[in-house]
Formats: sequence, structure tokens, C-alpha cells
Amino acid sequence: MRKTYVLAALITGLAGLERNALANGWNMPVGVTEVSRHVHGLHMTIFWICVVIGAVVFSVMFYSLFRYRRSKGAQAANFHEHTTVEIFWTAIPLLILVAMAIPATATLRHMYDASEADLEVMVTGHQWRWHYDYVGEDVGYFSNLTTPREQIDGTQAKDANYLLEVDQPLVLPVDRKVRLLMTSSDVIHSWWVPDLAVKKDAIPGFVNEAWTRIDEPGIYRGQCAELCGKDHGFMPVVVHAMAQDEFDAWLAERKQEAAAAASGVDRNWTLPELMERGEQVYGSICASCHQPEGQGLPPTFPALVGNQALLEDLEGHIDTVVNGVAGTPMPAFSGTLNAVDIAAVITFERNAWGNDTGDIIQPSTIQAQLSP
Amino acid sequence: MTPVQRTVTKTLLALVAMVGFTIALVPLYDVFCQVTGLNGRAASQPQAFASGEVDESRYVTVQFITRKGSGLPWRLEALDSQIRVHPGQAYEVDFVFSNYGKSAYRGRAVPSVSPGEASLYLRKVTCFCFQEQRLEAGERVQLPLVFQLSHDLPESVHTVTLAYTLYPVLDRPAASDDETISQGGDA
Amino acid sequence: MAPKLPLKARLEHSENVAGGTAVQDHDAHHSSGPLRWLLTTNHKEIGTLYLIFSLTMFLIGGAMALVIRLELFQPGLQLVRPEFFNQMTTMHGLIMVFGAVMPGFVGLANWMVPLQIGAPDMALPRLNNFSFWLLPVAFLLLLSTLLMPGGGPNFGWTFYAPLSTTYAPPSTTFFILAMHMAGISSILGAINIIATILNLRAPGMRLMDMTLFVWTWLITAFLLIAVMPVLAGVITMMLLDINFGTSFFNAAGGGDPVLFQHLFWFFGHPEVYIMILPAFGIISVIVPAFARKPLFGYASMVYATASIAILSFLVWAHHMFSVGLPLIAELFFMYTTMLIAVPTGVKVFNWIATLFRGSITFETPMLFALAFIVLFTIGGFSGLMLAIAPADFQYHDTYFVVAHFHYVLVPGAVFSIMAAVYYWLPKWTGHYPDECLGRWHFWLSVIGVNLLFFPMHFAGLAGMPRRIPDYALQFADFNMASSIGGFLFGFSQLLFVWVVIKCVRGGVTAPAKAWDGATDLEWSVPSPAPLHTFETPPDLRRVAG
Repeated sequence: MRKTYVLAALITGLAGLERNALANGWNMPVGVTEVSRHVHGLHMTIFWICVVIGAVVFSVMFYSLFRYRRSKGAQAANFHEHTTVEIFWTAIPLLILVAMAIPATATLRHMYDASEADLEVMVTGHQWRWHYDYVGEDVGYFSNLTTPREQIDGTQAKDANYLLEVDQPLVLPVDRKVRLLMTSSDVIHSWWVPDLAVKKDAIPGFVNEAWTRIDEPGIYRGQCAELCGKDHGFMPVVVHAMAQDEFDAWLAERKQEAAAAASGVDRNWTLPELMERGEQVYGSICASCHQPEGQGLPPTFPALVGNQALLEDLEGHIDTVVNGVAGTPMPAFSGTLNAVDIAAVITFERNAWGNDTGDIIQPSTIQAQLSP
Repeated sequence: MTPVQRTVTKTLLALVAMVGFTIALVPLYDVFCQVTGLNGRAASQPQAFASGEVDESRYVTVQFITRKGSGLPWRLEALDSQIRVHPGQAYEVDFVFSNYGKSAYRGRAVPSVSPGEASLYLRKVTCFCFQEQRLEAGERVQLPLVFQLSHDLPESVHTVTLAYTLYPVLDRPAASDDETISQGGDA
Repeated sequence: MAPKLPLKARLEHSENVAGGTAVQDHDAHHSSGPLRWLLTTNHKEIGTLYLIFSLTMFLIGGAMALVIRLELFQPGLQLVRPEFFNQMTTMHGLIMVFGAVMPGFVGLANWMVPLQIGAPDMALPRLNNFSFWLLPVAFLLLLSTLLMPGGGPNFGWTFYAPLSTTYAPPSTTFFILAMHMAGISSILGAINIIATILNLRAPGMRLMDMTLFVWTWLITAFLLIAVMPVLAGVITMMLLDINFGTSFFNAAGGGDPVLFQHLFWFFGHPEVYIMILPAFGIISVIVPAFARKPLFGYASMVYATASIAILSFLVWAHHMFSVGLPLIAELFFMYTTMLIAVPTGVKVFNWIATLFRGSITFETPMLFALAFIVLFTIGGFSGLMLAIAPADFQYHDTYFVVAHFHYVLVPGAVFSIMAAVYYWLPKWTGHYPDECLGRWHFWLSVIGVNLLFFPMHFAGLAGMPRRIPDYALQFADFNMASSIGGFLFGFSQLLFVWVVIKCVRGGVTAPAKAWDGATDLEWSVPSPAPLHTFETPPDLRRVAG
């Protein structure tokens, strides 16, 4: 009787510990989707099965170690096989495994459900940022890490969302099935948000898919999970889930912004305007490889400052930024940045850090290249 | 032969067999992908349409997504971004390739299908992705994709995404000469 | 088939026959001076070379791990830049897997397989010399890449394409060459071990009379023959992609990056077992010796090892659950992976049944073996959790995985090698290792290793991806604990080095049979084992009948 009480107390204690652990971020989050709750349940089930098996096995082991010490005068027996016992401890684990496979299979089937989605987003991994494209909506943007350099280098106090904050999160409506199409423009990345229990590799040249349906509005943070080069640790995923009407308003606003940006193409931009815009774009897109001062990281990422080949060849510079360079990490920005941003960043690169070429590249020049 | 020599000969033979097996794994993988739809690898050659009735009782949405790798001043657009199809029926969708660069380039559109299992039921009779394209500076061509989703497409599939990523074909001598070891040219 | 009782009965019988005689005349054949170690074909000397090499690599790889742990001590970038951090994680993995653990086991096999089967040497002694000397060359080349422009390999020890091809530093070609050399060394070593075990067993020793250490190494050697060519093929394809314009793994040319992962893990999963099966053998030899009771379930141990080896070819894609496999493939690989728990469980149960009703003492080798059983089982449990595909979507590529494979590799494979070293040092040197220092080493290592790796489970579950040089603030406490544990574990290994040096130089003299419960054939030759043993094979037939 007493043993039962002790056992019950122990289990209650452990379960309390588990709840406590959850609250303190020691365990897998339960998450905010049906799938994530299933996965969490599966995780806890198998965890407790392991704990129970471990408790039994280690009890026998430590009992033997304690009871059969030679220093206590234990005499060794001489048995070395027992067919029944051996069959028993082969069959029992097999049965436990079958019992575990059943719920796991059901959850997996649920995850592969391919029913019609309400919204589709193309997620593209880039070194080292995510790009989100709302399929059929003409809305697409980069999502860059915003944690300042000073916080990373320790000269400034770190914010609560250190390394998990971005300029533009992926915005999704709640209670809608969202289909996420994953691909990459360079190496393999992996898009992961623990609260959604979605982790899928983004593979260059191939399209993968996953889906989610978020139950609660909120901001959910994750990271790239597949080693993708130097700044693998610096490409967070942030999902902002909101009610459908808020989402609709947000999407409309984004469309207007895109239209406004497009109208800026036709006018003439001054050098200071382009430099200001270009510095922003450079800082969020280019600096991770070519470095904040344009010094690059040769041999992989060439320097821009004092790069004569580059400065003497304006056409080539534009071609490199617009179309990228095959077989190198330099991507094509024609599909991801608009003409204003491309013109501004090229102007910036040709006039910053002592690269005083005085060249001014107008957005209309870039636009003309993109649609001849 | 001494027993040791016999053992060594046998292990060496096993080793050679494993080397052969490794080499064979590459084509085997392609076959495996096409049989199972692994990784959404679409067929690289024209296929015949599957016969059978058109399943008019249901619609499947087919999406076309075009993307671009680096190093090619081209644009690829699908004239329809998505269409609704009946499984079993043939459809034609036109794609426009344009070269906005200053010289001629060769490029190829690499196909991918999602969900992967749908690639088993996708039949392409004509596709620009079967061969590489060459476009002069400023040239614009319209090329068709003729396809069918066979009528036995699983009921669970409602949306099929066909993605095409443009990549340049580089004139590296070793790349084009060495078709035996290269997988190049089969997409 | 019923297991033969270990060779206790035979041992007394063969003591007069085997070993120790006619030693002096052979030394004359030996070159002396600096060339002696370069040219040696003696299995004991080559075994020693392998073990010294393995220990050196363990310390170098460990130093790299300490760089990683130091950087991760606090959030923020303090010590190294991300590009160098990635080189450290990659080199740490490559060096520990191919430079420390595998050569460590090969060294033990060189020393002990001939002694345990009553053979005078390995079957192919000159090849043996060659396979060893490939290794220092390979690893010097690999380490030299750190000094090349663009740095060394920075794409993880799994070197997934295209990060390791199109996007790799220029030194990658040298990395490929180094891996080829290490691979050839492993293959030649495996051929030698197979030829030795199958042909040079003492008369009367049947396969089912061999010790578990010899058995597990035989199976491991077959695994090596089967999968090392796959690794060679993969890196050759990388070489062609990088330098000759092919597109095996490049989508732009019609290739497929996922093909790389299938090929790599077809090699990589059996490789994981290559690093643990010999450990099972070592534990199965040490536990009976200190429980003074024959190994429980000898035959089932052999069958379990063979089943694990076969299953290892059918589970590779469980490393790839998140690449987007079809449902049917996910289910297949989930089920086969779960199945591995059965033979692995049998092994653990057998060890515990061996302890049950034994007469147990706790010398240092036994302490390491017991820690192995407990901590390897914990690593097995997390492995079982990782097998559940839907849950793996959350675990994959997080610190939970890092915790899992370090539990099976450090208190698993590395502890087994340490147990083996403590167990066989009396045979190698003629002296017992210092028991007091050994215990200190053991307890510091056990505490350090758990403080190092246990918090990683929590960090991973809480959402920390692996291979990142900096992390969000909620992971700070776990990482600080891990780093403290890492330094404790790392510096305790200097104690191990000292124990070994001290034991080579002197200590309590060990008799031929250094442990009273040890019954295998190696304990019939004098301690230290003379350079040449079993010139006349011990005849086991007289008692076998």
C-alpha cells in the first residue's frame, strides 16, 4: 500500500514538474494549431513511456549493483541464458512500439492532409533572410533580422526578442487553412515555427509544401533550422496571426504601398534621396555578405569598396544586382526588389565609402531593363 | 590461393560491387523518384496521355509559379497563373520567355510539382521544360505546356502547383561534353 | 545455438602453450630508431599508433568543441565570427567521427582481435601499416584547410549540397581528398580485420566461440566495406560538381540536392552504427569480467548486433523527415527506425541480466562500462522519440538532436573506448592504471558529460536550432550550464592523458591475468604482452570436444 502511495506521489510530482517545465520554456511548446497540440501530445506520451521503461530498467540495474556487490560477499551465479525471459523482453518492447506507432501514424496522416487552402504563401529562403509572396495577390517582401549589430556585439543591452525580431513578419489570418509553398534561391534552408509545429526544408529548384491553421491571434517566432552558411543563426521567422478582417485591411494596405512604390519609378531621383534609400536597402540586404563597410569577405564575398572592375563597369554592376551571378551566392534581385530599391542600392554602392564615382542610377533606367 | 587471399578477394569483390551499386544509385534514384513521386520530380520526357474518362464531377486547381535563379536576364511568365481542371482532360497553358539582356543566352526551366504525389498523375505531352531554350537579345517567345492530370488522381488532392525555375545553361566545356556522368539535360 | 562458456576452462589449459616464448629472436627483425614506428608491421605497435592518433585527434576536436562552448557561454558574439564558428562545428564533427572514434576502435581491434582469437598478428600486416599512415596525412591535410583562403569546411560534418558545392569555400577540394584518404584507410582496415577474424582463429575456435568484441568488430568491418564506397561516391560527385561542371546536386543543371542527402545518409546511418557496435562488444566483455559471471544471452547478443547492422540500411531517411518525403516513405522509415529499439533493448537487458546475481566489483573499467549502459540507454530513449516522425518535425535540427547523438557518442562510444583502455592497459603496459586517479577521471567525466549534454535536451525542445553561433535569450541558462559542463568534461580528459602516461611509465605490476574475473584468451599471455604472441596458436580443440 505504502509503495502505491509513494508511486502516486512521485507521478503527481513529476507531472507537476512537467507543467512547471512547460511554463518556464523547458519543454516543447503546445503551440496554437491542432497539429501542434497533437504533436505535443505524442511527444509527452512517448516521453512518459521512456521514463517508465527507464525507471524499471534502471531500478533492476541499480538493485543488482547494490545487492550483488562482492564486498558484501555476493557469490556469482553461473546462468547465462533463459529462453522464456529473452522472448519476453523482445516481445514486450515490440508491443509497446506498435502501441506508439498507431497515434504517430494518425498524426502524420493528418499533417499530410491536402484539402483546399484559403490562402497560399510562397516562402523562399535566401542567404540569410526569408521572402514571402502571397500567391495571386501581388504582395511580396523580404523579412530581415532587425536586431542591431551593437546588441549582437554586446555593446548594447539585448532586447527580449533578441535575434527573433524582423522588419516585416509573415502576416496570416487565424482560423484559415494556409498552404505554405517552400523553396530556396540558393542553399537549403528550413522554415520552422515551433508554435505551429511546421518545419519544412526549402530546397533550391524544388517546391515543398506544408500547411497550418492558427487558432489564436499573436506573434509566433522561430528560426531557420538547416545550416545555410555564415548567418544561419541570424534569419528568424516571425509570424503575425490576426483576425481575418484585420488581415484583409493589412493586405489592402500592402497593395497600396506596392502601387505607390511603383509610381516612384517614373520621377527623377536626386543623389541624396537615392543614397538615403540605398543605405537602408544595403544595410538590410547586402551588408550580411559584402559587410557594412563594403569590405566584403573574400574570396567568397568580394569587396565593393575600391573594387575597380566594378566601378569601371556600370552596366556590369547593374547586371550583377538585377540578374545575379550563376554559380555564386550572388542572387538575382529582379524578382524580389523593386526598381527604386535596385537603383538606390547601386547608386549607394557607387558613391559610399570613398567609391566616389558620382554615378546616379535612376529607377527608370532599371525599370527599362526589366521590361524592354 | 591461401585462405587469407580468398577472403581478401571476396571482400574486394564485395567492395567493387558496392562501388558499382553507388554509381547505379544515381540513375536508380531518378527512377525511384518517378515511380514514387518523391521530391515532386516531374518527368523529363514527353508522355502519352492516360486514357480513361474525364472526371467531370470534380475540379482541381492547377497553379503555375515561375521563378528565376541567378545569372540569366530573362523573365518567365505563365499567361494563366492558375486554372481549374477536370482530371482526365487535356489542357494547354502558354508561357512567355523574354530575354531583356544585351546578348543571346541559353536557359532552361527546371520543373517541380507539389504535392509530390501529384507528379505521378501529371502527364505532360508538350513542355518547354523538356529542352533548353536559346533566346536572342530582346527576344520574346511564347511556348506551350500541354498537360493532363490523369483521372485517377487521388480525391484528396485539390491543388497542384507546377513550379518552373529558370536557370542559365553555362557554356562550361566539361559540362556539356560529359553527358555520361552528368545529369544535365534530363530536365 | 547455445553459447559456449567463455574460455575459462581453456584458459588454464592454454596458459602453457601460448605466448611469451621466443620473444627475443624476433626483435632482431625489427628496424630501430625513428623508422621503427614508420615501418612497423606489428599489430600491437600499429594498435598503439592508432590509439595515440585517436587520443591526439580527440584532444584537437575537443579543443574545437571548447571554442564552440566558449562562444555559446553567453548570448551575443564574443570570441569568434560566425564564419569561423561554422568551421569549428564542422571540423569538430569530422575530427571526432573520422579521426577520434573510428581510429580509436580500429586501434583496439588491432591490439585485441589477434590476442582474443589466438592469432600471431593481423592477416595483412603491411597493409595494416599503410592504412594507419594514411590517417595522419589525411587529417593534416584536413586541418591545413583552416589556414587556406576562405577557411576550412564550414558546411557541417554532414556537408549537405549545395552549401558544400556551389557555395563552399575553395578549400573544399582538399577536404574531399582528405575524406577519400580516411575512407581508404577505413576500407583497408576493415578488409584486414575480416581476413584476420575469418582465417586466423586458433584451431578449435568456432565463430560462436569468439568474444563479443571480435563479433561486433567483424560485423562492423562488413558495414565499413558496404558503406565506405558510398561515401567515396558522394564526395567524388561533389568533386565533379565543384570542379568539372557536372550537376549531380545542382538543380540548375537538372540535378537534385536531395539526392545528396539520400546518398549521404545511406552511408551515414550505418556509419553511426560503425561507431557504436564495437562499443557494444567492449561492454559485453567488461561487464562479465567484473560481475564474475558469464555474459547473459551470448547468442542473442550476436543476433541483435547483426539485426542492428541489417536494419541500419533501411532507416537512412529518418534523418530527412523534413525534406518533404511522401507519406508512405515517412511511415516506412518511422517504423523501421522504431524497430531498431528492439535489438538494442535486448542488449541492454542482457547486460543487466549479466549483472543480476553476479559478484560485482567497481574498478575503473567497470565504472565506465556501467555509465555507458545508463547513459547510452538515455541516448537510446531520445533516439526513440526522434523516430516518431510527426514529433521529429519539432526535434529535427535542434539541440535535442545534438543532445541525442552526443549521448550515444560521448558517454556511449567514447566511454566504451575509455573503459577498454582502463581494462586493457595492464595487458599493454604491465602496470595497473592508477585506480584513484581513474576514479577521479571517471566521476569528473560523468558529472561533466551530463552537465554538458543534458541541458541541450531542454534547449532543443524550447526551440534552439543546432549549428548557430548566437541564440535568443531564453536559451541562455541552458547554454551556460552546457558550457560549464563542457569545460569540466574537457579538462578532465587531461587527467586521462596523465593516467595513461603514468601507467606506461610504472605502477602496480599486473600479472598475466590482470582481472580475476577476466576469462578471454588475451589474459593467457604475459603482461605486458610481448611483441609477438601466439606464434604457436593455442589449440582449443582438446577441450572443445
